Amino acid sequence: MDSVVLLRPVPDPVEELELNDDGSDLDRDYLGYVLNEFDDHALEEALLLKEATGGTLTVLGLGSADEMEQILYTALAKGADEAIKLGDELEHLSISSQAEIFVSALEGRSFDLVLTGVQAADELNGQLAVRVAAKLGIPHVSVVVGASADNGSVKVTKEFWGGITADYQIQTPAVLGIQAARQAPRYVAVSLIRQAQQGGDLSETDVDPPPDTSGVRVISVRVPEAGEGAEMIEGDEEAAATKIVEIIRSAGVK
Amino acid sequence: MICQGELTETSFELIAQARSVATQTGGRVVAGLVGSDITALAAELGGADRIVVVDDPAFENFSPDGHAAVFGSLIGDSSVVLVPYTSMGMDVASAISATSGMPLVSFCTAISVDGGLGATCQLYAGKIEADVTVDGDRAIFAVLTGSASADGGRSGGAAEVEQVDNPLEMTLRSTCLGIAEPEGGDVDITSEEVLVVVGRGIESEDNIAEAQELADLLGGAVAGSRPIIDQGWLAKDRQVGKSGLTVKPKLYLTLGVSGAPEHIEGMKDAETIISVNTDPQAPIFGVAHYGWVGDIFDLLPELVDKLEAD
Ligand SMILES: Cc1cc2nc3c(=O)[nH]c(=O)nc-3n(C[C@H](O)[C@H](O)[C@H](O)COP(=O)(O)OP(=O)(O)OC[C@H]3O[C@@H](n4cnc5c(N)ncnc54)[C@H](O)[C@@H]3O)c2cc1C
Repeated sequence: MDSVVLLRPVPDPVEELELNDDGSDLDRDYLGYVLNEFDDHALEEALLLKEATGGTLTVLGLGSADEMEQILYTALAKGADEAIKLGDELEHLSISSQAEIFVSALEGRSFDLVLTGVQAADELNGQLAVRVAAKLGIPHVSVVVGASADNGSVKVTKEFWGGITADYQIQTPAVLGIQAARQAPRYVAVSLIRQAQQGGDLSETDVDPPPDTSGVRVISVRVPEAGEGAEMIEGDEEAAATKIVEIIRSAGVK
Repeated sequence: MICQGELTETSFELIAQARSVATQTGGRVVAGLVGSDITALAAELGGADRIVVVDDPAFENFSPDGHAAVFGSLIGDSSVVLVPYTSMGMDVASAISATSGMPLVSFCTAISVDGGLGATCQLYAGKIEADVTVDGDRAIFAVLTGSASADGGRSGGAAEVEQVDNPLEMTLRSTCLGIAEPEGGDVDITSEEVLVVVGRGIESEDNIAEAQELADLLGGAVAGSRPIIDQGWLAKDRQVGKSGLTVKPKLYLTLGVSGAPEHIEGMKDAETIISVNTDPQAPIFGVAHYGWVGDIFDLLPELVDKLEAD
């Protein structure tokens, strides 16, 4: 089973998000980026598939964020066979443009599965997995929580809600939008990442940013008023504990 | 959309939202109903003006490419297409945008028609709100669950019903092998009056014991956000949110939960919500009734002491 995993950096969710001067976007100059958490699950699921069935695992990383190389070396250290960085000077791109870049990188490659995160926090114009599948003319399944391969046939589990799932047999090649891998993404020792870095097995492909065909334009962005509606409790933990016990009691909980 | 033979709540929410667009633009609300043995469900969709039904055994179960292709063929020349931002909707919305070329806007909470078609969206897990506009006068909107009242989409008279033959000539490339429901565990979080809910801020599986101690003192149970379940720290039936359970307890106390839209979907109707988070910008404070900005590990021992003494 040969797999390709699509990796995207997203603004680090634990950092405070600041807006640019005209309020039309985040202030991207000072943002720290991390791997989209669902892409990390996609990588884990691909590693599990590779361990179970053999085959190759290639990771494609999009964009120029400084963090991208680290993300790709980490993937190599975890067991990917090949890592390719796409684009060096790419600005923030719509999902349609991202899909276009990934699809050109996939063309001419043979693979059974493409895996990526089911969503990213900045996917303003749709799911990458589904857009890539549509461009390639191959099937897709979103919200996947596990995949297995047997004699060239792939079975995936899609999650609905409340823990209700459905199993699908799917023709390959196919694209999977991964919600969660069968196990939490593995950690890898820093020494192994350093080793991968020294091995230098990272290739880069230059990409000209495609014209944006999303047809979606952001007019303005804002940080929703913090604590809108919530009565904020002041004071240290002791004061807070006293107040919280009061609230709990007045909510009728004994 | 249909799940296990019933229309989902989001179907009615979308009809309510479509009605408001139609009222402002002088348009009509058309509902697409796709499944097997589902024609009778059209009677519940009186909130629409017209219902187009594709009732065919091929759609007994949700099919990612099949449903996408059928809905894609049903949209005709509609100018506003609303798709729920749910597990099923995720496979449908982007696919019909790709085949029709209509722009798609995700994470929508409201659609606007004044001065061109546009929407308000929640990005970055609810930390940023954006106003967007689309090129042209047609677009698809993937709408977050809970953005409109389902009751608003339930009312209405008798809609015109049109049966359409299965328009697909393709063979489906994914086959549903079966549906599985989770096994019930020891605790049913939907019937608990008190939930102490841990998010990624709890940091480790061992720390959940502190939340459990608090829950025990309050006669409640511990639940969690999705990452806690994905880590295997709590069982699947303890998950609150979009892909978990919807709960309405008397008291919902969150510890280190950021409040992503997918989490809020499952808990926003709790009677009293108290949230603790170190980040004053955490979106959870947008739905909480009471909030404290601080470290859960400072608060927990104080809270346990106070409750034991109380
Ligand atoms: C299709 C789909 C379905 C999903 N379904 C669900 C679902 O059903 N339920 C669900 O919950 N999520 C769901 N998610 C995931 C959701 O998008 C978020 O990733 C998730 O809710 C985040 O969980 P969290 O708040 O625990 O973690 P984070 O977002 O990482 O938040 C952790 C929070 O803890 C705070 N914190 C850290 N340390 C401390 C401390 N010491 N004291 C106090 N605060 C601290 C941080 O400030 C942060 O706000 C779904 C996603 C998708 C794509």
